[in-house]
Amino acid sequence: MWKWFHKLASPPHFYRLAALFSPWFAVPGILLIAYGVYAGLFLAPMDYQQGDAFRIIYVHVPSAYLSMMAYMIMAISGGIGLIWRMKLAHAVAAAAAPLGASFTFLALVTGSIWGRPMWGTWWEWGDPRLTSELILLFLYFGYMALRGAIDDTAKADKASAVLALVGVVNVVIVHFSVEWWSSLHQGQTLLKEGGPAMDPGMLYPLLAMILGFTFLFGSLLLRRVRTEVLFRERRTRWVREMIMSPEGH
Amino acid sequence: MGSYGIYVWSCFALTALVVIAADWRARLRHKRVYRDIEVRIKALEEKQ
Repeated sequence: MWKWFHKLASPPHFYRLAALFSPWFAVPGILLIAYGVYAGLFLAPMDYQQGDAFRIIYVHVPSAYLSMMAYMIMAISGGIGLIWRMKLAHAVAAAAAPLGASFTFLALVTGSIWGRPMWGTWWEWGDPRLTSELILLFLYFGYMALRGAIDDTAKADKASAVLALVGVVNVVIVHFSVEWWSSLHQGQTLLKEGGPAMDPGMLYPLLAMILGFTFLFGSLLLRRVRTEVLFRERRTRWVREMIMSPEGH
Repeated sequence: MGSYGIYVWSCFALTALVVIAADWRARLRHKRVYRDIEVRIKALEEKQ
């Protein structure tokens, strides 16, 4: 197991493996999203309170979930990089940040668009879920700015990993904010005690979208890590040999 | 969708746009990094 882990952490090995696995994540992701979009828009019954506006959840919920998952991947990878000095872990953290920021942006904007017809406002500063999600976006921006501001990759890795680890507190706040404080945002629906509080006709497309987004995120992350590895290893022998070989890539 | 159509469709369109942009940026960056390394290695070989 440990041997396998070490082999996986080897940059040339990971570079080849990521190229191999990326399409295997992308294809099921696209198929699940295609089903989720069709079923969510055209097959799922209309909500008796929210009408058709509830269909926004099919893009909002997966985006919000990925905004937190990407951050946890970033922080855990940063932590692994700090403790075990694994270069690949820092590459994963660096690659996860722009993706996490994109999904956080999507969660905020789609939530805001949903809020306009449902709450009568685009934004509510006093709401803990909305505000903590916005702080999450700023944390991503801060993380990327910090990386960009330090030229020495090793120092940038360490500093950004510390920032990512500190920011985990905010992810916990985002997740539990609807339980800890009174919020405009609705409470837990999927992870509710006693099972999801949704009609199966609405639930299955949502699960397909969440799974599809996760696969797609996996594919994008693998490709971004691959590029990050290539950049970091640009002066090594294996990169030189790979680029000069007739097969390339 | 009735009066909610604009809200629903704009969310789906924006999501598609962001996901496609993320994919495009990942491809572009890989191509750019690969090409830069290729150019640098060839320049070094020519020097030698």
